[in-house]
Amino acid sequence: MSASTSSAAGPSLATGPGRISDFTSSIRIRLREPARLRNIELPLLLFAIGLSIGAMALVQLGAQGQFDEGMLALPAALGGLALVGHIILRVTAPNADPFLLPIATVLNGIGIAEISRLDIAEHRLGWDALGVKQVVFSAIAMVLAFIVLAAFRNVRVLSRYRYIAMFVGIALLLLPMAFKPINGAQVWVTIAGINFQPGELAKIALAIFFAGYLVTARDSLSIIGRKLGPLQFPRARDLGPILIVWVVAMGVLVVQRDLGTSLLYFGLFLVMIYVATARLSWVVLGMTLFIGGALIASQTLGYVNGRFVTWLDAFSNEQYRADRGSFQVVQGLFGLADGGLIGTGLGQGRPDIVPIAESDFIIPSLGEELGLIGLFAILGLYLLMVSRGLRIGHLGDDDFGRLLGVGLSFVIALQTFIVVGGVTRVIPLTGLTTPFLAAGGSSLVANWIIVALLLRLSDGIRPARFPGGLQ
Amino acid sequence: MSRELRRVSIIVLAMFAALFLSTSIIQVGQSDNLRSDPRNTRTILASFSAERGDIIVGGEPIASSTPVDDDYQFLRQYANGPLYAPATGYSIINGEPRGVEGALNRELAGTADSTFLARLNQIITGQRPKGASVTLTLDANLQQVAWDALGDKTGAVVALNPKTGQILAMVSKPSYDPNQLASHDRQQALAAYDALVADPTKPLQNRAIAGDLYAPGSTFKLITTATALESGDYTPDSEFPNPGSLTLTGTSTTITNSEGGSCGGGATASIATALRLSCNIPFAQLGGELGAKKIQAQAEKFGFGDDEIDIPQHVTPSQYPLYTDAAKVEQSAFGQADDRVTPLQMAMVSAGIANGGIVMKPNLVQEITAPDLSPLQEFTATEYGRAISEQTATTMTQMMINGVNSGAASNARISGVQVAGKTGTAQNGVGDPYTLWFTGFAPADDPQIAVAVVVANGGGLGQNGFGNTLAAPIAKKVMEAVVKR
Repeated sequence: MSASTSSAAGPSLATGPGRISDFTSSIRIRLREPARLRNIELPLLLFAIGLSIGAMALVQLGAQGQFDEGMLALPAALGGLALVGHIILRVTAPNADPFLLPIATVLNGIGIAEISRLDIAEHRLGWDALGVKQVVFSAIAMVLAFIVLAAFRNVRVLSRYRYIAMFVGIALLLLPMAFKPINGAQVWVTIAGINFQPGELAKIALAIFFAGYLVTARDSLSIIGRKLGPLQFPRARDLGPILIVWVVAMGVLVVQRDLGTSLLYFGLFLVMIYVATARLSWVVLGMTLFIGGALIASQTLGYVNGRFVTWLDAFSNEQYRADRGSFQVVQGLFGLADGGLIGTGLGQGRPDIVPIAESDFIIPSLGEELGLIGLFAILGLYLLMVSRGLRIGHLGDDDFGRLLGVGLSFVIALQTFIVVGGVTRVIPLTGLTTPFLAAGGSSLVANWIIVALLLRLSDGIRPARFPGGLQ
Repeated sequence: MSRELRRVSIIVLAMFAALFLSTSIIQVGQSDNLRSDPRNTRTILASFSAERGDIIVGGEPIASSTPVDDDYQFLRQYANGPLYAPATGYSIINGEPRGVEGALNRELAGTADSTFLARLNQIITGQRPKGASVTLTLDANLQQVAWDALGDKTGAVVALNPKTGQILAMVSKPSYDPNQLASHDRQQALAAYDALVADPTKPLQNRAIAGDLYAPGSTFKLITTATALESGDYTPDSEFPNPGSLTLTGTSTTITNSEGGSCGGGATASIATALRLSCNIPFAQLGGELGAKKIQAQAEKFGFGDDEIDIPQHVTPSQYPLYTDAAKVEQSAFGQADDRVTPLQMAMVSAGIANGGIVMKPNLVQEITAPDLSPLQEFTATEYGRAISEQTATTMTQMMINGVNSGAASNARISGVQVAGKTGTAQNGVGDPYTLWFTGFAPADDPQIAVAVVVANGGGLGQNGFGNTLAAPIAKKVMEAVVKR
């Protein structure tokens, strides 16, 4: 029980009848609160849908100079499903966070608009249009997310299945090795002509496993073994889990040639173990292991080394012209520069110059047409989404849920950082998708399910923990 | 957990801060650099398909964009293409534009910062963005005169207003038609480009300001003379021994005066006589006494070695190396050895003498105008620097008048007008045709025009042509067109 509740309730009962009406009115507010959060969500959601439809309209006008009303059906369908989600929330999770659904919807909608814009430039029509596919994927992803939302009324049960989650996660990670690589990265599974990136779903399974495992194991993991300066290192016998995760991450790096995924899972594990055990030594140990492994890989694996050279020396003619060189990054940077502060306007840039602009390079495409202002807005939306997720970690009262909320939010933050940092040369470019924006079904399914889990977790935060309703 | 969560939040914030910073650097801080990268396809495409502003000479557009019905929307067309090619340059599909088209690409395409307000205005009023127009300093009539006067010879003509540095004529031959390169048919444009690059006569070279440069021959004696007079140790009457041949210091190579024999007779020859009759031997001796360091310093005051002269297209710096070999110093004093110049540089030397010793910054652009005709940028006459004193300028003007009236530059005479000038006939290696020069200005008492003419490949006469017979008459026609107006 928080202090505010007791201080509000205690004295009112003890004093005269004049105060009793205060007390009852405060109860009424409490009862209304659930609807209040949903009432905050609804206008935000309508605004998000409006932005998505508006973006599609501008794309049509900008890129082909005429208005194709049929194309507005794409964001409208997305918006319709988002409203269904809103209704499901009103019924099954009335206390859920009001920002997550509108943010996911507007990011998804802007992504569909920009992908359609690239369809126009590349003359992709009908079912070949990636924008149309993206809407279908979004629909599948949202329906799955709503099923998750409705099915798991209590996320805590997931902690029971932590070892199943571990096996599922590792299986999903290893699955692509049985299939042919696409675009040089072995992260795809092809079944019946449909390509799927199981690694995207693996991050949810692994977050569940990490949260479940760490909650039970954190006492032993927190035991101090050896002290080295200010750092208190764990006992050698407790090093098993971190070594296993490290081996898996290195396996992803070496066998699947996927630096981004490797970094993503390892980063996720480190943050979660740190939050669970409060031992900085785990982070130091993990970073040493990962950087050491990555350095050895970069020395011995041409692929990893190439990524580093391409990153540092992107503007040299040699790298620019090389096969798998810096052409894509540099053209993306040219696009961003062309956009400048205010952008060329939707549909009026040349994002199609960058190869595969609709997936890894959706951010430079948007930066070119929406400008720095637009990118700041998009990054701000991600940041807000992540902070709403981290809030679960602060306010939740069940440790498994708190850890899972932190892990899922951090994975969105880290993935955004790896992708956007890669195309803006903060870090080497790796093959990850931009959450909600990039073309691709696996990524959409995974991220919408993450939103569903975060919504469910935020609904579990007892209203008493935040008396003002919003914090 | 709270403390750890706060730290994780800080890390998340730091990651996003890095992204906010990186995107800001790319889209604002570095955007100009990235946009001007020659590999930036967007800039190239945008500037190629934009409605580029006109390039104007004497009120008439010599380059303009006309609407066409294809992907690029506007076709660049050049009126009198070959005549103005050294000035306009060209705009080519998927390639870097050259000439004024290249140097002022962003203004012409409407993407320069100076055109920002005009562009904003166009966006607000719903007009199609159009680039700014560029008015050149060229005199249409004079350009045609220079073009005709050079005939079918390989070479270049540059005419300057010595008081302002404005370029009045700039001709380079053989030339090319930029219309061929501006074609929207990619194959056709590239084929035309490849053919021009492969052409042994190098038509794409702007010989007036760039290309392979030429040995200046005797026109360089102006700089040696200026060095001597500026030093204070010499006057036009300073005398030198006057033999019929001279063995260069430390070698067995002998040089002679161009006409053979001594310099105008007598036991000694003055600097004035040597310049008037263009004798090599007295200048070799003078150069040896002055030394390469002083001559180079003087040459640099006229613009030699300056890699930052843009008119706005870049001018290849002319060279007077710091010779250490005594024989080379002697040869360099009459424009041989490794002296290499552009015609524009030699015109700047004459213009500096004509303008009382002050060299004006050469300039091809008069004005840049927004599509609504409001001026964006107007060019004013700017001093490049004082090369010689007013006294030296007056003395040298008289010496150059004598060269035309009663010396080696006789074919530049214009009846009723005093012309100051200097010829040059540069040797290029055993058996190679000469490079023929004239540079000077008129009228000598109130200079309106300074010119430099170079005729390469001996003007087709091998080693039988001379500056006075081939280059001076061309210069005369160009100067006449201005002074007889």
